[in-house]
Amino acid sequence: MPPLLAVQGLGIRFATPDGEVVAADQVDLTLAAGESLGIVGESGSGKTQLVLAMLGLLAKNGRATGSVRFQGEEILNLPAAALNRVRGVKIAMIFQDPMTSLNPYLKIRRQMTEVLVAHRGLDEPAARARCIALLEQVGIPDAARRIELYPHEFSGGMRQRVMIAIALLCQPDLLIADEPTTALDVTVQAQILDLLARLRAELGMALLLITHDLGVIAGACERVAVMYGGRIVEEAPIDALFAAPAHPYSRGLLGSMPRLDLAQPGELAAIPGQPPNLQALPAGCVYRPRCTFAFERCRSERPDLRAMLPDRRKACHLEHLP
Amino acid sequence: MSEQLLRVEDLSVHFALPTGFLGGHRPLKAVDGVSFTLAAGETLGIVGESGCGKSTLGRAILRLIEPTAGRVVWQGQPLGALAADALRGLRRDLQIVFQDPLAALDPRMTIGEIIAEPLVTHEPALGRAAIRARVEAIMAETGLLPQLINRYPHEFSGGQCQRVGIARAMILQPKLIVCDEPVSALDVSIQAQIVNLLMRLQASHGLAMLFISHDLAVVRHVSHRILVLYLGRLMELAECHDLLAAPRHPYTQALISAVPIPDPARERRKRRIVLTGELPSPLDPPSGCVFRTRCPHARPICAEQIPRIEPVRFGHSIACHRWQELPATPPAALA
Repeated sequence: MPPLLAVQGLGIRFATPDGEVVAADQVDLTLAAGESLGIVGESGSGKTQLVLAMLGLLAKNGRATGSVRFQGEEILNLPAAALNRVRGVKIAMIFQDPMTSLNPYLKIRRQMTEVLVAHRGLDEPAARARCIALLEQVGIPDAARRIELYPHEFSGGMRQRVMIAIALLCQPDLLIADEPTTALDVTVQAQILDLLARLRAELGMALLLITHDLGVIAGACERVAVMYGGRIVEEAPIDALFAAPAHPYSRGLLGSMPRLDLAQPGELAAIPGQPPNLQALPAGCVYRPRCTFAFERCRSERPDLRAMLPDRRKACHLEHLP
Repeated sequence: MSEQLLRVEDLSVHFALPTGFLGGHRPLKAVDGVSFTLAAGETLGIVGESGCGKSTLGRAILRLIEPTAGRVVWQGQPLGALAADALRGLRRDLQIVFQDPLAALDPRMTIGEIIAEPLVTHEPALGRAAIRARVEAIMAETGLLPQLINRYPHEFSGGQCQRVGIARAMILQPKLIVCDEPVSALDVSIQAQIVNLLMRLQASHGLAMLFISHDLAVVRHVSHRILVLYLGRLMELAECHDLLAAPRHPYTQALISAVPIPDPARERRKRRIVLTGELPSPLDPPSGCVFRTRCPHARPICAEQIPRIEPVRFGHSIACHRWQELPATPPAALA
């Protein structure tokens, strides 16, 4: 049986007046049905462009190459009509800012029922009843009344619940969440993360969670891929990654995070230098200019993402981190 | 940490929001009755969620916003009583670093001009060469290559812009810096660089810092003491270690338990105190204790009376009617 999602050799390039920008290069990923995978990276690491490319949502000057197979079928660069049988139906997505993802002119009911009318052929009353049930499932009290409200009448956390309800309308096999809690306060973030975990258990869907916050990944995912400069530099089960990061960047990222649960006397183990310029990526390893372990080979030869153990991969010339 | 630099007494900032009808106004209590002290060389973290008044508090202390009530006493002198020119003299001791590093810098000035500006204002007699020497010295200290002196802010990354903002705040050798979410706009790896820089500057200059942030993990790392705000009111104030090991206020307990820990085993094990509901509107705050609408321990008294700030023990104070009855369990998040 093929995996739910198989990304192979995905490259994303943008043509800009200042030259070509490489947002992602040779990205390989797989996701099994029901599995949760976190993609962590800083701004410009390519994590968001990756999922936008899968769903055919790149900006006009962007071009994706490679292969993305969903349930065995190629979906990369499909025409919109064919893609619409998958996206929003079998693959749903929620974004960071629920306010800009909802149409401010339309009541929640209009934005929800149209999905069921278009994709499932329901009539309006049946669609409305289904939507109210879903809003209740995502924890919106008094849903029968609130479905008639406009987005601005909801708080940030409630809007994200509405977005999640919309994503679930067609019972997707895969939910992609791009920084779903970044715009929320930490106590509301906790509510939304609990909701996602509960829904995943109830509905058995797979989750692709994109975030800059390793703490969020630690609680929400089974596996994690670390991206840097448009490439996956490490992929591992979460316990393994947090216990013993194998790539210097993963280790640097973990060391950069102040911990609430540990006293860390002295300085944080910050990563020196600046994130890479995607218009002028260095030859060899993209992380080399900031890497404290770099040696000559890192300058000339790009490290492949290779298996260390059956379930762990890293892109680094070093066998072991010192 | 002996000398008391700053004393904030019962400080309130209320804004009058026009209701748009016949010139009517509604009060918004951004900060309401907050008190604390700060010693030389000390860092006080001010933590809270959006709308809790943490930025307003920082600005009111520097009198960038006029407080509605209460006093700010700087080295024994009430700031409110000072005339404008006396206040200007004091300003060199009180500096601020802002959240959005690019927005805080004038795009038409070079980095050198931006950093030199406070010096030119406060020490007008200084010659060009002396100014340049001071600017280059502080650039080197904040991790900026002196040859970047003639560049413009747009040529810099967010982390470098924040270094410029810090250099500008440091050039007058102030005694206190208010850092208003100084690392929130930065990536994790850059955030750590800036946190390290601020802590290094504090140690070498004996600076006092008010570190305002929504990120409790960062606040824990930099602060000696932490003040927790909720809807403009002080909930709890304690030494960093006490606040994390034995938080007494139900809000502090929930806040700590909500922070994701980058340790999967711990995340799976921990019991989150999930608060119901969301922040009430600051325009229409709950009566009595402002936290009661989300508090798992609320009783009728919490709706009737505003809780007084009481000492749990020396250096640890709390505003809660029920703190003595509630168990002082260590937070499950950190167990």
